[in-house]
Amino acid sequence: MLEKLIANANQIGKFFRAQGEAEAPAAIADHLRKFWDPVMRADIVAHLERGGAGLDPLARKGVELLRQSKA
Amino acid sequence: MALVEEHDLGTPASKGEAQVRLTIDGRAVTVPEGTSIMRAARDAGIDVPKLCATDSVKAFGSCRMCLVEIEGRAGTPASCTTPVTAGMAVRTQTPLLKELRRGVMELYISDHPLDCLTCAANGDCELQDMAGAVGLREVRYGYAGENHLQDKKDETNPYFTYDPSKCIVCSRCVRACEETQGTFALTIDGRGFASRVSPGMSENFFDSECVSCGACVQACPTATLIEKSVVDIGQPEHSVVTTCAYCGVGCAFKAEMRGDEVVRMVPYKDGKANHGHSCVKGRFAWGYTTHKDRILEPMIRRRVDEPWRTVSWDEAIAYTASEFKRIQAKYGRLSIGGITSSRCTNEETFLVQKLVRAGFGNNNVDTCARVCHAPTGYGLKTTFGTSAGTQDFDSVEHSDVIMIVGANPTDAHPVFASRIKKRAREGAQIIVIDPRRIDLVHSPRVQAAHHLALRPGTNVAVLTSLAHVIVTEGLVDDAFVRERCEADAFAAWAAFVGQPQNSPEAVEKVSGVPAETIRGAARLYATGGNGAIYYGLGVTEHSQGSTAVMAIANLAMATGNIGKPGVGVNPLRGQNNVQGSCDMGSFPHELVGYRHLSDDTARGMFEALWGMRLDPEPGLRIPNMFDAAVDGRFKGIYIQGEDVLQSDPNTKHVTAALAAMECVVVHDLFLTETANFAHVFLPGSTFLEKNGTFTNAERRIQPVRKVISPRNGHEDWEVTQLIARAMGQDWKYTHPLQVMDEIARLTPTFAGVSFAKLDALGSIQWPCNDKAPEGTPVMHAGGFVRGKGKFVITEYVATDEKVGPRFPLLLTTGRVLMQYNVGIQTRRTKNVAWREEDLLEIHPHDAEERGIKDGDLVKLASRKAETSLRAHVTDRVAPGVVYTTFHNPLTQTNVVTTEYSDWATECPEYKVTAVQVSRTNGPTEWQQDYAEIGRRNRHLPEPVAGE
Repeated sequence: MLEKLIANANQIGKFFRAQGEAEAPAAIADHLRKFWDPVMRADIVAHLERGGAGLDPLARKGVELLRQSKA
Repeated sequence: MALVEEHDLGTPASKGEAQVRLTIDGRAVTVPEGTSIMRAARDAGIDVPKLCATDSVKAFGSCRMCLVEIEGRAGTPASCTTPVTAGMAVRTQTPLLKELRRGVMELYISDHPLDCLTCAANGDCELQDMAGAVGLREVRYGYAGENHLQDKKDETNPYFTYDPSKCIVCSRCVRACEETQGTFALTIDGRGFASRVSPGMSENFFDSECVSCGACVQACPTATLIEKSVVDIGQPEHSVVTTCAYCGVGCAFKAEMRGDEVVRMVPYKDGKANHGHSCVKGRFAWGYTTHKDRILEPMIRRRVDEPWRTVSWDEAIAYTASEFKRIQAKYGRLSIGGITSSRCTNEETFLVQKLVRAGFGNNNVDTCARVCHAPTGYGLKTTFGTSAGTQDFDSVEHSDVIMIVGANPTDAHPVFASRIKKRAREGAQIIVIDPRRIDLVHSPRVQAAHHLALRPGTNVAVLTSLAHVIVTEGLVDDAFVRERCEADAFAAWAAFVGQPQNSPEAVEKVSGVPAETIRGAARLYATGGNGAIYYGLGVTEHSQGSTAVMAIANLAMATGNIGKPGVGVNPLRGQNNVQGSCDMGSFPHELVGYRHLSDDTARGMFEALWGMRLDPEPGLRIPNMFDAAVDGRFKGIYIQGEDVLQSDPNTKHVTAALAAMECVVVHDLFLTETANFAHVFLPGSTFLEKNGTFTNAERRIQPVRKVISPRNGHEDWEVTQLIARAMGQDWKYTHPLQVMDEIARLTPTFAGVSFAKLDALGSIQWPCNDKAPEGTPVMHAGGFVRGKGKFVITEYVATDEKVGPRFPLLLTTGRVLMQYNVGIQTRRTKNVAWREEDLLEIHPHDAEERGIKDGDLVKLASRKAETSLRAHVTDRVAPGVVYTTFHNPLTQTNVVTTEYSDWATECPEYKVTAVQVSRTNGPTEWQQDYAEIGRRNRHLPEPVAGE
């Protein structure tokens, strides 16, 4: 179900892009942290670590922040 | 126990402010200006005889029974139509009045059957009462003259009879249909002695426009219109006030009983949500509670293709707990979860989420709001600070402009729809934003000022365009925004909405709504006085559902339509306790009272009271649970009162998920579609069989009172407690009031709520605490819960679900009046006489192109699957749009819907599915396969010999 996670992350990215591109990555990461269960977060982070195919640039930045906060 | 009596005060209360003092039969009384003499007399403890007057409709003055004499005035005016004046001296009982009343009564009785002993209304007949009150001893005219005694009964309505031979033509039914319900289905046909009540154009009740709300039956003073259940059973001898278990209006009813048999459900005048009105479902469609299909004993099976085996409660609970423990031991703590029910009480819902968090040790709990109003939670919390509607229902009486977005109140929230229609008749203007021409666009005495018949999926574009007009035409309430909202966020929002891509002219291209209609609606909402917005699932069930909710909140803030009666943002909740189930911590990321799990202070309160550490991480939402099940990491689930297989999108995926689990526990009234894939079935109790509370769409917490003992042996909260104990929890609740006490201890917005206070006040709207000890009808009055209101930029993002050559039409789904949700209850009532199957509404142009005629069986195909159902050709839908319901498992509408969902909450996009429609001559392959699964997996135990 990774495709769904990628698609949803991209949707989240589109919403937060409209709120302000500079703040968007942190907002995306915060949203994922608040609403996605840890396994889903781990799956999207693992996907990023494998290259993150399909993730939009802003969603990718958000997931990257998530990955960093986990580290 | 006795009947709960509600005295009829004769005429409605006056809204006059000045007080008027007068005397009636020598007794001094002071009443508001505009009060009728009849009502003032009642205040003085005097019942003036009456027949055509009742306090739910305006005075009519036709029966001539309530005549009075007034000192200094000639004649004998009707007390119902004569308002009080200062210093007036009224006599209600004089020799002249006695003679007049007796004479009138003689005329009535000369054309009325004298069958009182065998009449169903014997003991509950106002004509009988008045004959006694006026001392009728003879009828000088005899009974041989012209009369209506042989008039034929109309028994076509499944729930009530119309016997014209008993009609006294008081017009109470006609007026109730007009004033209370707003349907205008009844009239008085004929003139003079030939006058008779007539549904529609001299049709029978069933074929007429009558919506069976029961207002006419309620108003009838004789047995002319009477419930068939009263005819069958007799008059009730005691009653209990409780709360309806259908939609989010939350009507209060008196369950009128004879022994442990329900005779009828009568809407309760003191009910703050319904004020004595009802709809066909709450009033009449309660027969499912005793339907033969109810499963009353627990059942288990190892595999879903095995026949069910009836077991004791002990065995069922022990098996459930052992399976959940086994699964967790094998697959891990996070491998199981639960779904709370929006049809169950707050206390039951609270306990299910507590079972998951405390007993299962994770946060894999969710509720059906996931598939309906989860975006409301996100959107209103972000903008206003709390996840709930802002007003009480009474607020609509102060509205000048009523905007209805993606909701169809006449079908889904009928009692509140009647309030909207009444307000419209008083002059309020209506704006409808909906792809369909719902009844509030055009129906008797209702004509919307604007109907924005947008293309499904373009809500955000249209709502943002309304904001564009408000900002660019200088219609913002600057003072409100300056004082109440975040300045920077407003400035950024105003700059965004003012951009050309949000102009009505640009949005017309994507939405199909003419630019001038958008401009007209925006101007009216911003400048027409108090503007209220009511919205439904047509807003939330989209890939931008949360964004649309925030767009609505933006509009209200920009125009200052927040914080006082008549305005606000009001989600119309689908099921009876959607608000409550959300309040009760049913979402996987937050605790009771909408506090995120990561809030150490909030979580600490629960940990301290429950004596354990709680997982601070969010759990799985329902769609995540299904995905995880298909992936093999989610293996067990406890589902209370929710038929996810029929209600959730992409049925094939849900089926695969349930089939992949090792222990599915269904706790419900009937063998639902989900139960086809269950290993344990725990019988549920109906709303008549339990104590607790429901919270309606206006945040009103109302008592649910046990009317009869649970036929299955346990209230639902008791069943959850049994599971919890078997899972090792030391729960010792003996009554739901203890659960509410625990909720109050843990939840600041419920701190002042208790069963004792609910009994005293009748109902309470949260927040209820030291600051608002009797509750809060209107929220955000002095400031927003979050401090300053937050404007949010709402950029329109088109859904990924696209029409194309293969799937050129857009399907949107909804509900009809006679059915409810997945139809589990209503399909087991006489409501099926009106509508049993799901129908596909298709525009005549689209039908013509496909050679489809009204009533044809058609195939409905999407990228996900195909089903078949009958077509209803109608221009209620626009060309390019088709519409159906999801009430019937034989249609299984959700087999065609997709898993596209709201970006923030994963609420499914039910309202936009690209489809094709074509004629067909039989069920689809999916329907045949699914029917076979149902036959195979539904095997009930063989009855024991002698049973």
